[in-house]
Amino acid sequence: MAKHVNLERRRQAVYGWLLLSPAAVLLTTFAFYPSLATFWTSLFSRETRRRPSEFVGSENYSDLFADPTFWTVVYNNLIYAAATIPISMVIALSMALWANSKIPARGFVRTAYFTPTVLPMIAAANLWLFFYTPGLGVLDQIGSLFGLPSVNWLGQPETALWAVIIVTIWKEAGFFMIFYLAALQTIPEDLKEAADIEGASRWTYTRRIVLPLLMPTTLFILVNALINSVKLIDHLFILTKGGPNDASKLILYYIWEMAFAFFDAPQAAAMTILVLAVLGIVAGIKFTILDKRTHYQ
Amino acid sequence: MSGLLRHLESFGALLLAVIWISPLLFAFWAAFHATTDAVNFNLTAPWTLENFRTAWEGAPWMRYFLNTFVLVTVILIGQFIVTTLAGFAFAQVRFPGRDIVFILVLMQLFILPEVLIVENYVMVSRLGLFDTILGVGMPYMASAFGIFLMRQAFKGVPIELHEAARIEGCGWFGILWRVYVPLARPTYLAYALVSVSTHWNNFLWPLIVTNSPDTRPLTVGLSIFGAPENGVDISVISAATIMSIAPLLVAFLVFQRQFVQAFLRAGIK
Repeated sequence: MAKHVNLERRRQAVYGWLLLSPAAVLLTTFAFYPSLATFWTSLFSRETRRRPSEFVGSENYSDLFADPTFWTVVYNNLIYAAATIPISMVIALSMALWANSKIPARGFVRTAYFTPTVLPMIAAANLWLFFYTPGLGVLDQIGSLFGLPSVNWLGQPETALWAVIIVTIWKEAGFFMIFYLAALQTIPEDLKEAADIEGASRWTYTRRIVLPLLMPTTLFILVNALINSVKLIDHLFILTKGGPNDASKLILYYIWEMAFAFFDAPQAAAMTILVLAVLGIVAGIKFTILDKRTHYQ
Repeated sequence: MSGLLRHLESFGALLLAVIWISPLLFAFWAAFHATTDAVNFNLTAPWTLENFRTAWEGAPWMRYFLNTFVLVTVILIGQFIVTTLAGFAFAQVRFPGRDIVFILVLMQLFILPEVLIVENYVMVSRLGLFDTILGVGMPYMASAFGIFLMRQAFKGVPIELHEAARIEGCGWFGILWRVYVPLARPTYLAYALVSVSTHWNNFLWPLIVTNSPDTRPLTVGLSIFGAPENGVDISVISAATIMSIAPLLVAFLVFQRQFVQAFLRAGIK
């Protein structure tokens, strides 16, 4: 009998690993091995025709820290995250509260909020060009009604990053709304009734009951938004190409440029490792704090 | 007083909706009008299809559509196979090392394929997949998100069904195929909608891995078409944009409920 159990256990182990093998091979090929290879590359000098690449330790990192463009890009990305995350989350929450309450044309309202989410970022950037183009764009046309001068929104350092930020918020808010909407629909009706009986105002009900119950969702969205603030750069390719003068350049765009325009793989690798480290910290926070609230079972 | 507030709120919600949809409306309007009429907001101007003709002739759109279609199909099939097998292993098979491997898989949620573009580019070239649709699709097939979703769906299947199938003489694969896969159909649908819309829209990775019109998806084609060097005007760009988002947009408007449900379902877990 014991032998039989042992055999069954071994059979299960073989089956388990067989079932996992396609995923394991692909994940190793396109996630784990490349992460290690990136780290390895970041320790070597750039290969040129005259000089083969050699081990330089942390030199790529110190070069990076000495590169003013790198700091501009980091600063831009921090502004980008600090602006897009809270604003899109607040808009998403208001959208969800509205889309969940009894208002006229609710179907249209929901569709309008969510539609940008299903569009490619490249297409979204093309649509927004229509707003930003100096002289011809919608913003300038509206401005000229009030006698304001024409503004080159994408072409001047003061506004370029903000123009990019607005497009991101437009694209993200509807996506986050969906999660808030889902959470709102799980709040039991009786809580509202109880609050009504107690004579609590709608504002009190929202602030004291709805918002606390939405906390896990807020954390979940926050983690997603943090990841997205590194990932969402497609519109840069259409709107600004990181310019003018690096004013709207974000870290992933700089990695792309470093690797595929300047052909400096070791610098790109060093930057990638720093991004992975930051994402790793986010992951750590997620798994320790967030998972205490939402249990995966 | 509270009635007034309610009206104000409805107004706010509607206003935001109009603002949110306006870029799309403007592009739609511009696409159907001559450039000068479009930028001057000449509301009485005649409608025209000229921009669509110019845009259509400016790039091999048919090929781009086909490439995108093949790409999302290849990715989806790969994802279904890989995530089904792995999800089943994590949900129903007991073996040593399972929990550690599961944590490794979840780590991929943060090791984004987008961040690893440089090494993945090297890898894809090494495998001889540069400038192929398979090369664009492969890094996404073992999606940690998909594996997690499938694991959750398979965990919800009552063990009695599993045992009944086993008594009937079903092997592992038979049980997976006859019991688990049919019961997880809603999860597959949700995952498919999320996956198709993600990869239909993906840009950076296809930009890096494709090099010719024969493999380039719509997003990359659209970005090349709209580049300022090409000297295309805003009405034609709008027409090209509307054209390339039309299939997904129509699908979304028709299956709106399913789309939203899919994102909800995928998001809550």
